Amino acid sequence: MKDARRIAMVLVGVFAVSALFAGFLAPADYAKQFRETPNAAPSRAHLLGTDELGRDRFSRVLYGTRVSLLLAPAAALLSTLLAAFVGGLAGYLGGWWQKLAMAGTDLFMSLPWLFLLLMVRAMLPLNVAPLTSVMITFLLLGVLGWAASARVLCAGASALRNSEFILQARASGIHGLRLLALHVLPNLKPVLYAQFWISIPVFILSEANLGILGLGVSEPLPSWGSLLRELEGFNAFGEPWRLAPLVLLVIVVTSFQMILSREEATA
Amino acid sequence: MTRKLAFMRRVVLFVLFSSLAFAQGGGELRFCLRSEPKTFNPVLVEDDSAETVRYLTGGVLIRFNRQTQRLEPELASTWKVSKDGRSISFWIRKGVTFSDGTPFTAEDVAYTMKQLMDPALHSPTGDAFRSSEGQVYTMVGLDSVTITFPAPVANMERLFDTVPIMSSASPQKFMAVLGPFYMADHKAGSYILLKRNPNYWKHDDQGRQMPYLDAIRLDIQPNRDIEALRFRRGEIDLINNLDTEYYDRIGNASPGLVRDAGPSLEGEQMWFNQVPNAPIPDYKIAWFRSTYFRRAVSEAINREDLSRIVFGSHARPSYGPVSPANRFWFNSKLVQPVFDQPAAMQLLQKDGFRMNGASLVDRQGHPVEFSIVTNAGNKYRERMATMIQQDLGKIGIKVNVVTLDFPSLIERITEKFNYEACMLGLTNVDLDPNAQMTVWLSSGEAHQWNPRQKKPETSWEAEIDKLMRSQATAADINKRKEYFDKVQQIVAEQQPFIYLVDKNALSAVSPNIFGVVPVPLRPQTYWNVDRLTLRAEVAKVQ
Repeated sequence: MKDARRIAMVLVGVFAVSALFAGFLAPADYAKQFRETPNAAPSRAHLLGTDELGRDRFSRVLYGTRVSLLLAPAAALLSTLLAAFVGGLAGYLGGWWQKLAMAGTDLFMSLPWLFLLLMVRAMLPLNVAPLTSVMITFLLLGVLGWAASARVLCAGASALRNSEFILQARASGIHGLRLLALHVLPNLKPVLYAQFWISIPVFILSEANLGILGLGVSEPLPSWGSLLRELEGFNAFGEPWRLAPLVLLVIVVTSFQMILSREEATA
Repeated sequence: MTRKLAFMRRVVLFVLFSSLAFAQGGGELRFCLRSEPKTFNPVLVEDDSAETVRYLTGGVLIRFNRQTQRLEPELASTWKVSKDGRSISFWIRKGVTFSDGTPFTAEDVAYTMKQLMDPALHSPTGDAFRSSEGQVYTMVGLDSVTITFPAPVANMERLFDTVPIMSSASPQKFMAVLGPFYMADHKAGSYILLKRNPNYWKHDDQGRQMPYLDAIRLDIQPNRDIEALRFRRGEIDLINNLDTEYYDRIGNASPGLVRDAGPSLEGEQMWFNQVPNAPIPDYKIAWFRSTYFRRAVSEAINREDLSRIVFGSHARPSYGPVSPANRFWFNSKLVQPVFDQPAAMQLLQKDGFRMNGASLVDRQGHPVEFSIVTNAGNKYRERMATMIQQDLGKIGIKVNVVTLDFPSLIERITEKFNYEACMLGLTNVDLDPNAQMTVWLSSGEAHQWNPRQKKPETSWEAEIDKLMRSQATAADINKRKEYFDKVQQIVAEQQPFIYLVDKNALSAVSPNIFGVVPVPLRPQTYWNVDRLTLRAEVAKVQ
């Protein structure tokens, strides 16, 4: 299991580094349309062939990986921090605060997210650069995706509040923010890490789902979502190289799950 | 010699068996409707599915032949339109009966017109006949009927193609039909079964009663993937109005099953927001209201590439409001702009635009950047927008592609006008320009670039208003064509809509069906349904 986890970490690391250096590794601009060769098969010029508009698929996969792999952790971090604030504080304070926060969380979780995302997207300004649009998409995912983690963190903080060492700390005169910073948060760290790692694949898949609906990252910037969208109704047996983004997504999400299993065990 | 005789014998036998097979006909044709019909009342039809049922069951006085694009007598053996364009007289066929055996009389025509024009029913079909306020009079003779409208109705004869005659005497009311099939069974959300009308009046040249088919089963199937799968399995016999992607998918597996009937009436277009008080910067509105700017954008778009790459060559570049599928109204004399980016730059320079590094800037130095909104989920439009983004990028214009869910998009383009450019498709169901009055009149709701104007804001829009009104009231069809040709000319010069492509009419037809001649007009494959027959039935007989 240890080896598998190491391999997973190496894989995620390799993908992250290659995505980071996409500018050097990509043979062509991700947006450049080679209009004479749309839907081309793999060749020396285009390692994974070209898409429907003649864009180099390998370059698009590299840039798409950068978008999804680097921004999903950012969104996960944001949502985990929000969850820590709402859930952690509610669990720590307890009583009516906890009830109120959890009622709010339940309400938040019961909202139809897809429609809410559609609505929020429709309210945004139209003239946003593709890079800004991708940031907005992940920001939205981060801002809207904290509720489930908040419940877990609330339960963790609540358990800590009634634990003996916290009672002891209180008895010795530690209260308020000091108690929170010195004793509660350090003990919540494993739960926070686990929630962070869980959120990353969730956000990658959410962006992919939004991309499939045509509502994720705007053209011509690629993301795994927009790359997966190209797979709608295609014949996998005829052109297996087109599965590259799907294979990549599966490998990365599985790798995250393997890394996560350690964090969960620690938590 | 013996071989020759044997061959001749085989040929004669084949002909005999074939004609016997056609004489027997029979079989059930199956295809899918994409939704449940909202109504079976022919005067209330407004959706595609209901229109299909109406076409297959309704008997009309005059039929517009989808192949020849000419009017043909059906239940009316002859007809005559008065010189003032207000009246039409029909001489009806004798000895015709409805599917339930009720005789067809001139009274039925009068009854149908009464239903059609009943203000309480709000018939969408009847709306086309409402040229002005006032009463519609129907005078019934022994075997003739004259209908008089309060004002001239342009294209009056053609409108009767969508008016199935209903029985005034039958207890079944509108379920008694004069068309080739009648509705025998209907399971909501599942299927509609139409059976051969035993009293159908039409006979072929050999005197055989039509239609040849015994039944048509219409399965309600909104999912296009499942529809294509069922076609490939042989569970349905045809698919109308195929997307390029499905056409290629079916065609790659079995090239003989797909048909491309050439340009259809469906096109794709984009336009700029020219509403003066739209919530976008004034300098952008000034660009969009500039003819040079619009023409430059139009010339900088490579339509050939759009047709070839996005639609796999199953589309043709479009330059005007009328598709060549509309043979009579298409203006073939329009000058087609070529893809010429240097020429586009020259046009922009005339308006004070200039290059600043890699960006185009206007007179005041604002970089030229705008967004094209289109509906999310339509990959063809998204691809076109992305290609336009690259084309315009070459002349320094930055384009942002924005996909929105449909309700938000419609709200932006019709109510809030909070958009810069929009790309959508347009389907002209009716060939006559009168159906597009609301698009071309400056006061019209569908005058998308600047709707509901109190009075025309530009001289060319005033000219279009004048020409459209003139063509609507002219009785002479050639005069009308002349007026509408001028409208097309102005539109081509001013480019309020930048027409991109006319999509081809694609369909998939099972080899089991005889007699299918796909045409660009709807219903593409079964417009001659009373002449279709199934190969399986022929084989059975043989």
